[in-house]
Formats: sequence, C-alpha cells, structure tokens
Amino acid sequence: MATWDWQVFCKNTIDGEVVPRCFGSGGDITYLDWMLSAWGWTLSVALLALLVALGVGSLMGILRTTPSKGLVALGNAWTELFRNIPLLVQIFLWYHVLPALLPALKSVPPFILVVLGLGFFTSARIAEQVKAGIESLPRGQRYAGLALGLTLPQTYRYVLLPRAFRVVIPPLTSESMNIIKNSSVAFAVSIAELTQFAMQAQEETSRGIEIYLAVTGLYFVSAFLINRIAHFIEQRVQVPGMIGGGK
Amino acid sequence: MNLDFAFLTWETLVGFVAKGLVFSIQLTLVAMIGGIVLGTVLALMRLSGKKWLELPAAAYVNLLRSVPLVMVILWFFLLIPLLTGRPMGAELSAIITFTVFEAAYYSEIMRAGIQSVPRGQVHAGYAMGMTYAQTMQLVVLPQAFRNMLPVLLTQTIILFQDTSLVYAIGAYDLLKGFEVAGKNFNRPVETYLVAAVVYFVICFSLSMLVRRLQKKIAIIR
Repeated sequence: MATWDWQVFCKNTIDGEVVPRCFGSGGDITYLDWMLSAWGWTLSVALLALLVALGVGSLMGILRTTPSKGLVALGNAWTELFRNIPLLVQIFLWYHVLPALLPALKSVPPFILVVLGLGFFTSARIAEQVKAGIESLPRGQRYAGLALGLTLPQTYRYVLLPRAFRVVIPPLTSESMNIIKNSSVAFAVSIAELTQFAMQAQEETSRGIEIYLAVTGLYFVSAFLINRIAHFIEQRVQVPGMIGGGK
Repeated sequence: MNLDFAFLTWETLVGFVAKGLVFSIQLTLVAMIGGIVLGTVLALMRLSGKKWLELPAAAYVNLLRSVPLVMVILWFFLLIPLLTGRPMGAELSAIITFTVFEAAYYSEIMRAGIQSVPRGQVHAGYAMGMTYAQTMQLVVLPQAFRNMLPVLLTQTIILFQDTSLVYAIGAYDLLKGFEVAGKNFNRPVETYLVAAVVYFVICFSLSMLVRRLQKKIAIIR
C-alpha cells in the first residue's frame, strides 16, 4: 500500500498546489478549509434536524398516550409512515418530489428540506421513546393529577412529562448520536457535508484513506460531543433518589 | 404539476425494478444470516470473561457502531480492492460491507439475549456434564434466539431499509431500479413516489408480522 500523504489537506482545491500554513487565502480554499466547512454543514443539518425531531417527536409521542382515539391514531400513523420508508428515499421525496408537487416549496433552500426530512424521520423514533417513557410511569400518576382537578394538559405539563422526559434521556441521547450519523445521507442531494466532501475529495485527490480517516474522525468527535452534552443535561436534571438519578 | 403513472407498466417493472428488488432482498438475507452468525460469535467473545477475546470484540462493535453506514460502505469500497489487489463490483462490495457492519448491531442484540437467560441454565448445563460449547449450543443460544427473535427481525427490517444506501457506490438495488426507470421515462417524481410506497408496504407489513410474532411469544413465555 502507498505511503501516507497528509499534505493532501494543505492542497489548494483548484490547482492542487500545497499551500503554506494549510489554510487558503484570498478566495482560494484548501481541502482542510473545505473539510471544516463540511463539518459545519454536518453539524448544522444534524442539530437543526434534532430540534425538529425533538419537537415533533415529543408531540407525536404525547398524542399517542392521550385518551382521544383520534389523536392516538394520528400519532400512530405518523410514526408508522416515517419509520417504514428508508431515510434516503424520504430525503429524495423532500428534495425531488415535494417541490414538484407544491410549487411554493421550490424557493425553499435544499438545506431546509433536508433538515425537515431528517427531522421528521427521526421524530418517529423519538415519538416511540417518548411514548414508552410516559407509559413507564405508574398509571396512578395520571389519575392523581386528574383527581386533583388538573386539566389533561396540566397533568401532562406538571405531572407526567417532567418525569417521562428524565426517563427517556438515555434513549434520546443515542437518537441524537444517530442523527449525526444519519446526516451523512444528505450527500445524496448535494448538501456540502462531510460525506459529500469525502466522496468528492477522494475523487479529486486519490488520497481516499487520509480523507476518509479524517472524516471518520470528525464523525467520532461530533458524536462524542453530543454524548457529553447529553450526559451533562442528564446530570443537571436528575432527581435524587430515583433510579438512574442521584447516585 | 400532473402526475402520470402510465409508463409504469408490468414490462417497465420487470425490466428495471425486478433486478434491483432481487439484489436488495439478496443483500438483506445474506447480511442477516452472516451478520447473525458473526454477531453471535462476537457476543460470545464479549461474554467470555477472557480479556483477550473481550477487547477485540468490543472494539469491533463500538467502532462500527459509531461510524455512519455510508462511510463504512465507502471505506470498504475503497479498501477491498487495495487489499485484494483487484477491483471489486459494487454489489459484492456491498454484500461484504453489510455483513460486517450488521454483525456489530446483531451482536449487541445477541448479547442482550444471552444475558436475559437465567444464570441457573448455564450451571444446569455444566451440572449435566456438558462442555462450554454444548451448554451454549444446546441450552443458552436456543433460548436467547427465541427471546430475541422479534428484535432480530426488527433489526432486519432496518437493514432492508439501509440497503438503499448502496446508492453511494452505485450498486443496482431496488431504489436504483426505480431511479433508472424514472430517468429513462423522464418521470423521476412518479418513480420516487412509487419507490416510497413499495418500501413502505414491504416494511410496514413485515413490522406487522413481527408485532404478531412478539405477542405470540409473549403469551407462551
């Protein structure tokens, strides 16, 4: 096998010349610049999609535990729809199909479409976790809330959700790490994120191993960062005396 | 815009899509069987209590589980020809990649399954005079498989969905079949829609079956 050539990252992306100090200047960029910007895109797609997924997923998960049959059916249908179509196909639906059917979407940047696609896909998984979290609470909690005269929304807000969300932090952490990994699928609709960078830079430079190693490393770092942040949140919100809480 | 599905005749489907569907199913089945076998070995290594077996298995599983599948597909497509010294087709490369990759996920499921078997079963096996291999093969693994069957099948449905990612190396799978048909008839919107419906119908029916199986198993247990 060929020897290492880490200098590839210092090369100008246009003429392939090695740039001193590795960062491009005056409008020229090196592969390192490109990769860091791709990392930014990966993180932006993943974090925004995570916000969408947490919002929509929590809502759908909550709906699935309400006494209303209609709302439960809505939540179930949502979950099944977004869980049973491959992510890549969903991304294609958002990128190729929806703008063709709804002309209003034509002016929406692809970045937003991918964020929505990835967010809705993940929302189905989060809905599943949130539902399981709420159902893991003793039934009496809900009755106690209602018996005290709280309305159903109040019961959720003050009794069920504060406990349920703490229960589901660990599975939500792994979903958050998954979303970083799944954001790689955005390569297929030309978002300039890490995987897209890896494929193109590999083509251009033929230094696939160095490029892939660096990109894989950045995915590791990103997932690890999310893991630490989630761990920090878990520590901050834990209730002493609960299992998985105060040790 | 008007949708027109008229071009999607039986001939179109057989001509473009059938080949892709066959490959997607083939890839899913090979990766499932290979992944479960390799995954079970990895799980047994991790539960062996011997550091020199535990550490490599744990490293394998954790490494593959923290890299995006698309990157793993790209890695293998790049590395296999370098290691074997000759070019390899996208399809074969995908089959190897998925088997290796899914083994990491199946191994976590099998590990949980093996751990769910009461310890007394192992002691009982030894007390009957069985060796370690016999205890595992005749007592522990059959129960672990049974307990974990719904989860293993659910993972297989996810695997089937993930096979669409061979798009990254241009292998001809179900999605690619629809895409090529769409390009050919200049009807990409319709073909993507139909592709989504086909994936949904397959995955939704399979997950319904798994749910029924789960209920059945739960009652007997």
